[in-house]
Amino acid sequence: MPLEHAEAVWLTEDHVFSLTELAEISGLAESELRELVDYGAVTPIDADASPWVFSGKCLLTVRTACRLRVGFDLEPHGVALMVTLLARIQELEAAVCDLRAQLPERR
Amino acid sequence: MKYKDYYSILGVDRSADADAIKKAYRKLAHKYHPDVSKDPQGEEKFKEVAEAYETLKNPEKRAAYDQLGRHQPGQDFQPPPDWGAQHGDTQFSFDDADLADLFAGLSGGRHSGGGHIRMPGEDFEVAAPISLLDAYRGIEIELNLSVPEPDAQGRLHRVPRKLKVRIPKGATDGQRLRLAGRGGKGLNGGRDGDLYLNITLHPHPLYRVSGHDLYIDLPLAPWEAVLGASIDVPTLAGPVRLKVPPNTPAGQKLRLSGRGLPRPHGKEGDLFAITQIVVPATATDAERGFYEQLAKDSTFNPRAKLQQEMNNAP
Repeated sequence: MPLEHAEAVWLTEDHVFSLTELAEISGLAESELRELVDYGAVTPIDADASPWVFSGKCLLTVRTACRLRVGFDLEPHGVALMVTLLARIQELEAAVCDLRAQLPERR
Repeated sequence: MKYKDYYSILGVDRSADADAIKKAYRKLAHKYHPDVSKDPQGEEKFKEVAEAYETLKNPEKRAAYDQLGRHQPGQDFQPPPDWGAQHGDTQFSFDDADLADLFAGLSGGRHSGGGHIRMPGEDFEVAAPISLLDAYRGIEIELNLSVPEPDAQGRLHRVPRKLKVRIPKGATDGQRLRLAGRGGKGLNGGRDGDLYLNITLHPHPLYRVSGHDLYIDLPLAPWEAVLGASIDVPTLAGPVRLKVPPNTPAGQKLRLSGRGLPRPHGKEGDLFAITQIVVPATATDAERGFYEQLAKDSTFNPRAKLQQEMNNAP
């Protein structure tokens, strides 16, 4: 079996995607993506700029949105609501993780 | 090919109608969907459930599945001789295929491989557990995948794939890396899927991780806390001398700037030493003598606030 080498890319703010790229990679339609932006579930780097550009992190959100849409058969508003609540949970989990890291280890 | 009992996976009777199948699927999706479930086995379970639903929700695929007969889950089986011909594929290889690949290839009762619909390849998600030191330095890992790939006729086969991936420094728990085009092959000109690496860090005996910042306990003797001290602290890049100022209480966060994990394209995280004041399990007679002298001479009252509250109480 041949050994292939692959280059990995971080999904951070430094890597950006256009709306078309996000749609193609995630499997959502551009119109669905625009709805997610309208509902505030995904935010372009500059909402007033044209065309929209999204940070690499948005790809994870949009892929989650796509999985939720397919997995639960949801319409865009329901997807946006779930994505927003999941983001809130992630923020809280990160805060708990940060507080836990500051607690001294039990001896 | 190994048999999977899609009805028992969804927990429904073989005679269940479409509504009952949908309801059963939704209930299980709530429980196991990887984006909402905390079950560590959730993702695997959801894959099974989604695979079962994908086939049973489509009347033609369901009929094709039912024609495979009933077998024990995991049992090797061969479809009836005329099964392939009935469902639009006379040459499907059943030896190296998964049941999911077989039904993914059927579209409305016909095999889609030879059609003209552009189908993007499947995205793969792979867990990549690494050590803290690997995250700090970057590491090359080898992935062994078993992926469905279409042959010249568009039929899916499971093939092993070996991939060497460089994880650049800058990783931390929960971060994702994308390998564009390294997922499943697209069909009929569809784009290839992507491969996503989910980074997790093994727990470290000394450091606790929060994002790109690290935390370490810094035990101090009571006299070090009072008098101050210069202490060698281990960091991922080697020991660093840290000045502990006099009169440092327990629980103080002393910051070692830039000594945490590197960020992919930016400033390094910090290392925080959390002070702890520890006492020896047993004091020698000489130590005890010093403490007795200190207790006699000191005017320090560590419970002044409690005392004040008690004095103010009615």
